[in-house]
Amino acid sequence: MKRVVITGAGTINSIGQNVSQTINSFKEGRCGISDLKFKDVERLSIKIGGQIHDFEPDKHFNRQQLSLYDRYTQLTLIAANEAIEQSGLIFNGQLAASTGVVLGTAGGGVSTWDDNYRAVYEEGKNRVHPFVVPKLMNNAAASHLSMKYNLKGPTFTVSTACASSNHAMAQAFQIVRSAQSPVMVTGGSESMLCFGGVKAWEGLRVMSKDACRPFSLNRNGMVQGEGAAIFVFEELEHAKRRGANIICEVKGFAMSSDAVDIVNPSKQGAARAISNALQDAQVNVEDVGYINAHGTGTAANDKTECSAVADVFGHHADKIMISSTKSMHGHIIGGTGAVELLACILALRDGIIAPTIGYEEQDPECALDIVPNEAREAKVELAISNAFAFGGLNAVLVLQKV
Amino acid sequence: MDIRSKVIEIIADQAIIETSDVSDESTLEGLGIDSLGLVESIFAIEEAFDIQVPFNANQPNESPFDLSSVATIVQGIEELIQEQS
Repeated sequence: MKRVVITGAGTINSIGQNVSQTINSFKEGRCGISDLKFKDVERLSIKIGGQIHDFEPDKHFNRQQLSLYDRYTQLTLIAANEAIEQSGLIFNGQLAASTGVVLGTAGGGVSTWDDNYRAVYEEGKNRVHPFVVPKLMNNAAASHLSMKYNLKGPTFTVSTACASSNHAMAQAFQIVRSAQSPVMVTGGSESMLCFGGVKAWEGLRVMSKDACRPFSLNRNGMVQGEGAAIFVFEELEHAKRRGANIICEVKGFAMSSDAVDIVNPSKQGAARAISNALQDAQVNVEDVGYINAHGTGTAANDKTECSAVADVFGHHADKIMISSTKSMHGHIIGGTGAVELLACILALRDGIIAPTIGYEEQDPECALDIVPNEAREAKVELAISNAFAFGGLNAVLVLQKV
Repeated sequence: MDIRSKVIEIIADQAIIETSDVSDESTLEGLGIDSLGLVESIFAIEEAFDIQVPFNANQPNESPFDLSSVATIVQGIEELIQEQS
């Protein structure tokens, strides 16, 4: 089995248009949740989200690209550019033939669906643009990324709701660890902040109208976000040979299915994913210093997650720092695990724990050190990143400092 | 705007060239418009003139709409406007 490291990272989300801005926002506990701006927002009862307001697509893409790139694809390509540039890799020959792209997205081109349904149903148009299908499909971002960087290896999209990007990164990790390819590009992207995208979530009655306050007793639901994060996963020796800048090591992962309920989370399913991930990484529970929580800010998730962590870590749970950065960038659904991996990188590389902002009141059912409101300096050797999706599908990654 | 100027504008836009570089004799292929560009051009023509252009990308040469040059496209549009108005 090969060891796997991260040699490139890129992102765009509501708290940063690149990795350094995002890391700074984590350090400052900056909130990217604001009033949503798009057509018909006044017909929604939920009017806030982690929307990227200062992004101008036509400054990055030409007209023909824009006719093919849904916003989720645009965000993917922006993040990928940063990650691949940082890695210093150029893909040709055998490396290009083996390197692929595994991305996570829950909804794919949601605003393309939305715009075109609006055109045919509301406006009564009988004709849509010929590229609607290639624009909205869930693999569009992975395919465009593969075309842009000449990546010809295994390329596909994983769609497991809120765990999509963790499942995707776990797949990419396996491909590098098992020596199928020395490099894989991976991560996730989501952009469903449009009328239909938010209206659908509104229906579930799990959304907050004012803020995302994970683990706080007065939490009242989740807040949607949008964004992408892309990483270059590389085999350790391959990275060393070319003198690459190694950000951290990906140590192990596990996936599990609750097999219980389509929306309610299960403590057992979450706990199995966490403990199996630690086992896969061949590390002890005492070695884990930081958990990037799924921490959605819903009543159900947060207490179930804390309870699962307490079960797996026992007494050590009291010594672990656990925070949810969804309080800052919102829930980026299929891209959320990827953006949140940056908080693990911040902890391991820079020794800074991103806070859970908006925290106001202690919840006895979430009695862990959730790093409230302010970032904290701490030495961390090992971090894990949780993602527990609707449908009961869980994926946990283990990362180590280098 | 007359039909010919509008068609030239649509085709130039697709080929990313100046309208002055498109003539009656220009072919879409000659201007570097590929199959995706072709369906996008047909969409733009349908939108601009509010007509339905009979075209199946699986059988591009069997279309009753003659796409061989700018002149034939303009002529085809004139006919469709008459038929469909």
